[in-house]
Amino acid sequence: MQVPAPFTYERATSVEHAIELLGQLGPEARVVAGGHSLIPMMKLRLARPDALVDINALGAELGQIRVDGTDLVIGALTRHADLLRSAVAGEHFPIFHDAEKVIADPVVRNFGTVGGSLCQADPAEDLSAVFAAVDAVAVLRGPGGVRQVPVRELHIGPYETVLAPDELLIELRVRIRPGGGSAYEKVERRVGDYAVAAGGAAIWLDGDTVSGAGIGLTAVGAEHFAAPEAEAALVGQPATDESFRAAGRIAADNCNPTADQRGPVDYKRHLAAELTTRALRRAAARARGQEA
Amino acid sequence: MQVTITVNGSAETHEVEPRLLLVHFIREKAGLRGTHWGCDTSNCGTCVVWLDGKPVKSCTVFAAMADGHEVRTVEGLEQGGQLDPVQEGFMECHGLQCGFCTPGMLMTARALLDANPDPSEHEIREAISGQLCRCTGYENIVRSVRWAAEKEASGPVTESEKPVEATA
Repeated sequence: MQVPAPFTYERATSVEHAIELLGQLGPEARVVAGGHSLIPMMKLRLARPDALVDINALGAELGQIRVDGTDLVIGALTRHADLLRSAVAGEHFPIFHDAEKVIADPVVRNFGTVGGSLCQADPAEDLSAVFAAVDAVAVLRGPGGVRQVPVRELHIGPYETVLAPDELLIELRVRIRPGGGSAYEKVERRVGDYAVAAGGAAIWLDGDTVSGAGIGLTAVGAEHFAAPEAEAALVGQPATDESFRAAGRIAADNCNPTADQRGPVDYKRHLAAELTTRALRRAAARARGQEA
Repeated sequence: MQVTITVNGSAETHEVEPRLLLVHFIREKAGLRGTHWGCDTSNCGTCVVWLDGKPVKSCTVFAAMADGHEVRTVEGLEQGGQLDPVQEGFMECHGLQCGFCTPGMLMTARALLDANPDPSEHEIREAISGQLCRCTGYENIVRSVRWAAEKEASGPVTESEKPVEATA
């Protein structure tokens, strides 16, 4: 039996209460929502928080998916299964459904949360690449109020984010623009595993020309889970397979995979190129209305 | 700390450490050994129970997090002495081999059929993809779930449908 080290448990009854508790308990306290990343780490004593602040009771405040003006808003406490089921999320950004189908397994998705995935900041985490691809903004709330941080600035290293110890991720906002398509492509060793590599793409077309592009990569050491050089090279180009392959090569050249039990560097770099290309191709098809 | 968890309809109140996992609460405090625990890393799915009506891996939830909530375990599937059709399916189609994964499989399969009464083979395989069977008996498990779906689709046998017994 794997047993975590002892800790103090507190249950938050509101967002304000959670922030207050985090302030009182200090920097060694952690927020627990789904717990499907944190609790296994606590069992292995890779994480040893003094205290846990359980935010599972804040579903009404933090668990909604909605359109607010021109933004799709996804609450931090949204369960993976609910994002997978969400018609409004899938309609505007099918990349969310692509990714959620391959995150962990259906039972884990019932409890694991979107915000937990992002705040865990695992270098192989899928949603970080997805939210980087669609260039989302993270809304953080602390004792001093609310601040907005682009997801591409949220992670400062493996398992590290810009969140202060007494700040809570509230929601993710993604701007809805017409003429867009998005897709996610992942290679994993088996169901429920982290990616060997994965690529996400969001693309906006002006006729046959790429007017905007976002590329997210995971598990290949891409800084901030993004591929800005490939995006820059793509904008203004014709939306053709040739352009997508070129962008894939640039993305692969600019990432920094490491060899591990999931594969050697060359294989991961090859996947980064290929999966970026496939994601772009599929995103473009969706932007043209050729694929639902 | 004291927690109260409603397990299969009965309130279980116990003094626990915050680090006690739900699976151990169910087994050691509530005394229900039907829920197994296997890998301890959220991979194998043998510890699956329902928390507020949804299957979760109870080795990855603290009992404290379930305080005030409802849990249903494999012992709660049988109703009034009647096996759940999923349990019957596992008997009819040899869905058990060693039986270790069976409690989690049953809980996940029951949730699948509640949401989707007529799942395809692919949908069944997808639903149980977080459940590992160390005997690799998946073929019969999939058949067992289909058996339950078909039994439920045909509905209870009414008096008029029962074969008429020959009289002397």
